[in-house]
Amino acid sequence: MKKSTATSDWILFIAFSAVVLSMPIWLAPFGANYPDLMQKFAIFGVFAIGFNILFGLTGYLSFGHAAFLGVGSYTAVWSFKLLTMNVLPAVVFSILVAGVFAYLIGFISLRRSGIYFSILTLAFAQMSYNLAYSVLTPITNGETGLQLSLSDARVLDSMVGISTGRSLPSTTLFGTKMSGLPGFYFCAIALIIGFFIALRITRSPFGTMLRGIKSNQTRMSYTGLNTRPYLIWAFVISGMYAGLAGSLLAVTDPLAGAERMQWTASGEVVLMTILGGAGTLIGPVLGASLIKYFENIFSAFNQGTLNQAFAALPDGIQSVVVDVVSLFVGEGWHLTLGLLFMITVIFLPGGIMEGIRRIAGLFSRRKDKPSTGAAGTVAEQS
Amino acid sequence: MSKKPTTGNWTRRDVLKASAASAAITGAPLFFSRHAYGADFLNNPGDGGTVTLGFNVPQSGAYADEGADELRAYKLAVKHLNGEGDGGMMNTLQPSALKGNGILGKKVEYVTGDTQTKSDAARASAKRMIEKDGVVMVTGGSSSGVAIAVQGLCQDAGIIFMAGLTHSNDTTGKDKKANGFRHFFNAYMSGAALGPVLEKEYGTDRRAYHLTADYTWGWTQEESIIASTEAIGWTTAETVKTPVGAGDFSQYITPVLNSGADVLILNHYGKDMINSLTQAVQFGLKDKQVNGKEFQIVVPLYSRLMAQGAGDAVKGIFGSTNWHWSLSDAGSQAFVKSFGQEYGFPPSQAAHTCYVQTLLYADACERAGTFEPCQVVTALEGHTFDGMGNGPTEYRAGDHQCFKDVLVVKGKDNPSSQFDLLEVVEVTPRAQVEYPVDHPMFAGGDLGSCNNGA
Repeated sequence: MKKSTATSDWILFIAFSAVVLSMPIWLAPFGANYPDLMQKFAIFGVFAIGFNILFGLTGYLSFGHAAFLGVGSYTAVWSFKLLTMNVLPAVVFSILVAGVFAYLIGFISLRRSGIYFSILTLAFAQMSYNLAYSVLTPITNGETGLQLSLSDARVLDSMVGISTGRSLPSTTLFGTKMSGLPGFYFCAIALIIGFFIALRITRSPFGTMLRGIKSNQTRMSYTGLNTRPYLIWAFVISGMYAGLAGSLLAVTDPLAGAERMQWTASGEVVLMTILGGAGTLIGPVLGASLIKYFENIFSAFNQGTLNQAFAALPDGIQSVVVDVVSLFVGEGWHLTLGLLFMITVIFLPGGIMEGIRRIAGLFSRRKDKPSTGAAGTVAEQS
Repeated sequence: MSKKPTTGNWTRRDVLKASAASAAITGAPLFFSRHAYGADFLNNPGDGGTVTLGFNVPQSGAYADEGADELRAYKLAVKHLNGEGDGGMMNTLQPSALKGNGILGKKVEYVTGDTQTKSDAARASAKRMIEKDGVVMVTGGSSSGVAIAVQGLCQDAGIIFMAGLTHSNDTTGKDKKANGFRHFFNAYMSGAALGPVLEKEYGTDRRAYHLTADYTWGWTQEESIIASTEAIGWTTAETVKTPVGAGDFSQYITPVLNSGADVLILNHYGKDMINSLTQAVQFGLKDKQVNGKEFQIVVPLYSRLMAQGAGDAVKGIFGSTNWHWSLSDAGSQAFVKSFGQEYGFPPSQAAHTCYVQTLLYADACERAGTFEPCQVVTALEGHTFDGMGNGPTEYRAGDHQCFKDVLVVKGKDNPSSQFDLLEVVEVTPRAQVEYPVDHPMFAGGDLGSCNNGA
């Protein structure tokens, strides 16, 4: 049993990697194969995977994860400003700083559980947002957002004699510019590594312990176990994932704004995880991609596009159809998202992954033997 | 995600080999095909019959009203460029290379995006336009923070950015970029134009209290207004930063009266200005006597949309504006006429500057004979033109800022219609608002070199 799980984990991992790396090809029919959107898929995939380690495994619902995302972004941009335009130090520092920040917030918030924990994290995130927005303006540049400038120090770069000339430097990985497709591959590899670590954590005794906390924390305590260190570590790890995602945002676009820390951003990652399927490995990535896809594609439709799309209909009907549909696209894409979310939560409480599992279940019943290969099944085995 | 169930044992090495191989296979074609078109600049429309422009405006947030009007103006400009409608200011632009058959014979199409008045969202939406929709030019704004962020992005990507409504000194100051151009005036010009008028109206012995939107535009406007009011002998009691989109400004307005100040300067824009001005008037500031003088309110950057939102509160309040629909020159009248026919009400200054920017870009492309950004930059730099509603105007080569007359306006006491809310008190000549490229308020930036993106 143990061996077969390990094998199917590897298959899952390889399939995942192949799917992620081949995004530029198979996303083409959806009109989503442009670098910026694929970067977002990968980055928010990392964010959601990390969030899932806390929420999916321990059941602790944090409403403040955007704070770590923001901290990661600010750290990365400062690393670009002060040290070097190379992205590796920025990523490492972001993960570390976000980890420390998560430890501090987790240390206090994890004294409570359930709704109190959620409110505490929400409060901390909102505090961080307000600090970044106004109080800490010298560090965060407030509403304008932290940006690179020609007069930045870039100590390491100037030591090795890289000068930027008259135009702003781009983020690089030893000379490769981190915008466009190379930027996507960098994020994709980060996502794959993040996925692998999450997979290992889920399968480890530590992961089992976290799931134990989710199913019955009181019983865990009665058996003499102190659950708090496990929770804090889960919180810190998931904060580090958020920091990584934040730094990747800055890598692909060296700018950090306070709005990244707003509570809506924290809410978004909760939506992503639940939409995809909390507690599963692939679900959060699916949810993140779906939401980012909707945000980018649906929000860009305008009246003109709709008129073209429904041009075949008779005039009267066309204008009615366009009027109705236009409520759900463009500015109104949140409506579509809301509907989708409601439908998912009502009919598939386990998210998209539950849908996939049900379909897979239909086939395996027909074959009359349990499927061990399907991604969903493996991901859900605990 | 369909996979065959495998039976063999996978070693770690096998896995690494397999994943490396799959990565190489899937990724390789993209690296080879990226520059396969041999395009000499990014998003070259080539032989296609159309060219796409990107209109990136706030459709939500504190500046949504301005954004909606900007979008109307952009759509009108596209119509006129494609030879539909009455042509508007295309008939009055001097000199003009526009033919009314699109740009360089290509039909103009457009994509729109919502900046949400947030730098992040604005950049994401601009990136989508550049990477997915293949636009040759991005334009828009309504928040200087957003405009600066998008201008930087366009510079990196190699696309022309025609700034819409952005009033911060930094846009063509410390954050100026070779690929970015601004037609709108800036905070320094507002200060320079308002100074003499304020001196004449309110005297030289005043104490000013600033409420300032807490981002690049607010900061530079505060700096500019303080400089010009202190030059006429005023003192500054205090400056308080307020968050953008605060909604309720009462906590900031209450301390004003106890500060001993007799003038309140609101460095706010859009819905923020509507809220703060209305609340200041509701608190009775305008009826107060301080230091033996009547308390006054000044709104350095004014717009008709805001005046409409604030209603009676704007009566008698001074400010400056880039353009106003009541101007009687041929260009303004042509624009007001075709905008009015299309939408049923007069355009705002935001609409005006966006319309003008689109036409100027098209004209520059025609003159350059190409969409190639560097040649368009050369065509725009130092270009002088007239007939766009602001009198003779020059795109200064040194910082890509337009220099032209500035209007000082005042809220009308007896408006004749719901649009006739502002009266032009003075047209400040260009010479009075001009400054050297290396003026301290604009120092620290560098245009850099233009970027073709290929």
